Amino acid sequence: MNTLERHKYDVVVIGAGGAGLRAAVEAREAGLKVAIICKSLFGKAHTVMAEGGAAASMGNVNDNDNWMVHFRDTMRGGKFLNHYRMAELHAKEAPDRIWELEMWGALFDRTKEGKISQRNFGGHEYPRLAHVGDRTGLELIRTMQQRIVALQQKDAKDHGDAESYIKVFAELTVTEILKENGKVAGVYGYWRETGADVLFEAPAAVIATGGVGKTFKITSNSWEGTGDGHALALKAGANLVDMEFLQFHPTGMVWPLSVKGILVTESVRGEGGILTNSLGERFMFKYIPDVFKDKYADNEAEADRWYVDQDNNRRPPELLPRDEVARAINTEVKAGRGTEHGGVFLDVSKRLSAEVIKKRLPSMWHQFYELAGVDITKEAMEVGPTCHYVMGGVEVDPDSAAAIGVPGLFAAGEVAGGMHGSNRLGGNSLTDLLVFGRRAGQGAVQYVKSSGTHAVSDPAIQKAGARIAAPFTRTGGENAYSLHQELQEITQNLVGIIRTGVELKEAIEKIADIRKRSASISVTGDRKFNPGFHLAFDLDNMLLVAESTAKSALLREESRGGHTRDDFPGMNATWRQVNHISSFDGEKVNTKAQPLPIMPKELFDLFDVHELEKYMTPQEIAKGGSN
Amino acid sequence: MARKLKLRIWRGDNKTGALQDVSVDANPGEVVLDIIHRVQATQMGDLAVRWNCKAGKCGSCSMEINGKPRLACMTQVASFPEDETITITPLRAFPVIKDLVTDVSFNYKKAMEIPAIQMPQGMKPGEPRMQQVDVERSQEFRKCIECFLCQDVCHVIRDHEENKKSFAGPRFFIRIAELDMHPLDTLRNRKKTAQEDHGLGMCNITKCCTEVCPEHIRITDNAIIPMKERVVDVKYDPIRWLGSKIGKREGIV
Repeated sequence: MNTLERHKYDVVVIGAGGAGLRAAVEAREAGLKVAIICKSLFGKAHTVMAEGGAAASMGNVNDNDNWMVHFRDTMRGGKFLNHYRMAELHAKEAPDRIWELEMWGALFDRTKEGKISQRNFGGHEYPRLAHVGDRTGLELIRTMQQRIVALQQKDAKDHGDAESYIKVFAELTVTEILKENGKVAGVYGYWRETGADVLFEAPAAVIATGGVGKTFKITSNSWEGTGDGHALALKAGANLVDMEFLQFHPTGMVWPLSVKGILVTESVRGEGGILTNSLGERFMFKYIPDVFKDKYADNEAEADRWYVDQDNNRRPPELLPRDEVARAINTEVKAGRGTEHGGVFLDVSKRLSAEVIKKRLPSMWHQFYELAGVDITKEAMEVGPTCHYVMGGVEVDPDSAAAIGVPGLFAAGEVAGGMHGSNRLGGNSLTDLLVFGRRAGQGAVQYVKSSGTHAVSDPAIQKAGARIAAPFTRTGGENAYSLHQELQEITQNLVGIIRTGVELKEAIEKIADIRKRSASISVTGDRKFNPGFHLAFDLDNMLLVAESTAKSALLREESRGGHTRDDFPGMNATWRQVNHISSFDGEKVNTKAQPLPIMPKELFDLFDVHELEKYMTPQEIAKGGSN
Repeated sequence: MARKLKLRIWRGDNKTGALQDVSVDANPGEVVLDIIHRVQATQMGDLAVRWNCKAGKCGSCSMEINGKPRLACMTQVASFPEDETITITPLRAFPVIKDLVTDVSFNYKKAMEIPAIQMPQGMKPGEPRMQQVDVERSQEFRKCIECFLCQDVCHVIRDHEENKKSFAGPRFFIRIAELDMHPLDTLRNRKKTAQEDHGLGMCNITKCCTEVCPEHIRITDNAIIPMKERVVDVKYDPIRWLGSKIGKREGIV
């Protein structure tokens, strides 16, 4: 047995997307020693896939915008299931986080006055998304990556070693959060390249591992979206909140099969793209829900006028929140009005010139031209819903991003729950990463100051090591690839965009069965860069996530945001008063209801009471907030 | 209609390895990465390959397909003749770790050698005002997805390991150009250091990097040549040379 590779840090950040890198910058700037761990190469995290922009009420394009309007839009988008405090912090701090990126070298598109330009997006009342064409996520990740390099260059000058205070451990999988006396003591994992084990001893860990899309068959997520952080947190004793809420992005590519699920940015609709069915009908006018009737145009003429005069016209219904648009497309296709390949048409070619399309939507043009042979400046795209984002996640304290129940554990970004309620607005995730990434960094700094360190015990190390070695000691078991495919079929068909109680029960049984069989997975080859071996661990995480989602979905007997029950259509104000909390007892996931935190009066009063009446019970309205 | 596809995939590590013949189904519309995944799931469970987004946005699945550096996720199977055997090998300019995965740490070391942006003193967040035309030049270079195909194809290092020490490569020439043209960067002498510290002079403008760039960044025309021209201007124009000595300035604004 080789000697175990050991490292000591103040904070270990798991995940190098926007949230993880922002947390790392914060902790380093406060003087701590930080390790950043990522499953891929540095700079490849799923954040690069974000296209449309980052929502922040800077008011550069319409100066009526401010944090209160953004807060209201976020709560509306989430159907008031959001943790009010997270939505409040996010709306207040987002502009500063964007301006800060500019100081680190980011180059956003500009307004005529030379300020950061902002574009329209679904559910946002004013043009609010800072953007760089349709590659905003890349700009964000590259800026953060270069900020980390800048800090390392400074450390090289000041301390003689670029990696003395902040080091990136790329292509390393974390398999366990280690605790001693109930507190975080370190993390354990293995190098993907060599398969060798690594121990990080640290009093604080920030989970920033992103989403769970790979649990589903049709998804916009990369291979990394396997719910690692969700599962690590569950196993460490933290809770997941509202795992039934998954966002099916309305517009993923549907053809060719090979690219099914790849994202088509909402900016296409923000820039004027319209949705039509196979009969040529602009169908979204039929799907404006009552709660949004005063804000969305019910006729084409008004919808078209909005692009030139936003003050005197209501918005086109293509820009409804994502859950509404995804359900509408699903309904059209099921009713037989879909395209040849099971989608609907999205067309921007009639609104904008070829030149403008190529300038504002360059990667969309490129993506359709190269992968589908479609020229979007001349013809319509075929699109349909794709699993895009999980609103549910680790239950955290909003201000510090500390995971409830596990001292020393923090979570930020997509892996954290609460911020987006039952449905996330486009553009809110990039600023979520920055706002709560920074707060998680700060939270970890505060915690480490007083926590002291806790040595990891030998039995804990041995146990973690044995788990990694196990798949190689077994022979004749099933292969991880086929079990993964089986899981994806189950989630896609039984826990997907439209759900029923009967199907969810069936899913829970089937997931449990796969989990049982996965215990005997065996892998071929050795530990060196072996994808079959890697998938065995990813699969274990996806199974826990799928179980949490199915169980939470079965409990919630209503339809809201990213959770639609065919057997319980419609929203129910009583259900708005509860979150679903999932925990893990070592054998199975247990899910229970928990009262939703009540909005304080000053936030309650930001809304027109008639709007709140659509979501809340008369008793809640009478109470008027918690104070 | 599925078709049978013949592949030759390089398998091995930094010591030994060989091309292995594989026959696998291919469906219409599929890209080379789909085929590699099918081989992985059905025939070679431990075949090593890097990939992430499968949409041409992250630059992870760089490899050589019939000898040409390409992203596997953006290479259509249909672009090859029906009966052609497709040969898939790892990037040649970097050491192999296993199968199609190479050690690209060279690039991260070079990134560390390029001084970060230096903002104007006293500038506060929210203050910058820039015109779209002024940010566009740098934005072109910031489209880079760091697939390192330009580094792989560049003959200065592709067949000359000894040049790696003194040559940053096209990816980092566009990084320097991006900072040099960044409206807010105040660090001087970026072009001069590109020439003296990062090996700009070793590039002889064969444009191979531009040809393989999946983002269609005009690496040679818009970054390398303009920097070379200005470096030459200063070096050989006696008045500018004198100016640069007296004023302690780079000579070109």
